[in-house]
Amino acid sequence: MIDHALLFGFFAVSLALLLNLWRLVSGPTVMDRVLAIDTMVINAIALIILFGIQQRTTVYFEAALLLAMFGFISTVAYCRFMLRGDVIE
Amino acid sequence: MPFVLELFISLLIVIGAVFIVVGSLGLIKLPDLMTRLHAPTKATTLGVGGALIASMLYFFGAEGSLSIHEVLITAFLFLTAPVTAHFIAKAHLHLQGREASELPPTGRDLGWSTFDAAPRECAAGDKVAGGVKPGREPS
Repeated sequence: MIDHALLFGFFAVSLALLLNLWRLVSGPTVMDRVLAIDTMVINAIALIILFGIQQRTTVYFEAALLLAMFGFISTVAYCRFMLRGDVIE
Repeated sequence: MPFVLELFISLLIVIGAVFIVVGSLGLIKLPDLMTRLHAPTKATTLGVGGALIASMLYFFGAEGSLSIHEVLITAFLFLTAPVTAHFIAKAHLHLQGREASELPPTGRDLGWSTFDAAPRECAAGDKVAGGVKPGREPS
């Protein structure tokens, strides 16, 4: 039963990533694209976690944790750059 | 693994996936950025939380040991989602070029912190205050 749920989860998260990609390409403003990238990182974390359940291994947790940290830092850095024209003043 | 636990894990995965799709659908459907911010930062974060809790329960049922990694990732995501949403909204306000006079009054001496410089007493050292973008001085 978990395998069927995982299959549904893979399809759903992939569909969500495609929708985010659409917003990333067609976003009217820059901040729309930043928001789309941020959402894509979170969806990629979900995909990695589901893949880890399917493979029955805990190796991918570190990858998910690193991706969460880098996604947050890159989003904040990009917003800071758009706000002030510099990342670290 | 007991059947009830398996059913619960499957339900968590499906619910999390549905929340993720709803968040991304909101990112497409909603009209402008300020409304679009709500969908990914709330629904998608909740969906990822569901998937992470499902993973934690699965490895608890399969190996018998409770792993704390998922709780760490969940806590990190739940803490950082409002911060990124705030930063994106603030950058959006500045990039739009809107005036502070369009906003309703704050009801205090100070203006909106998004547009006005920090008051002199709060800015520790003039070096910081000198670097703040010139705004309306607090009366």
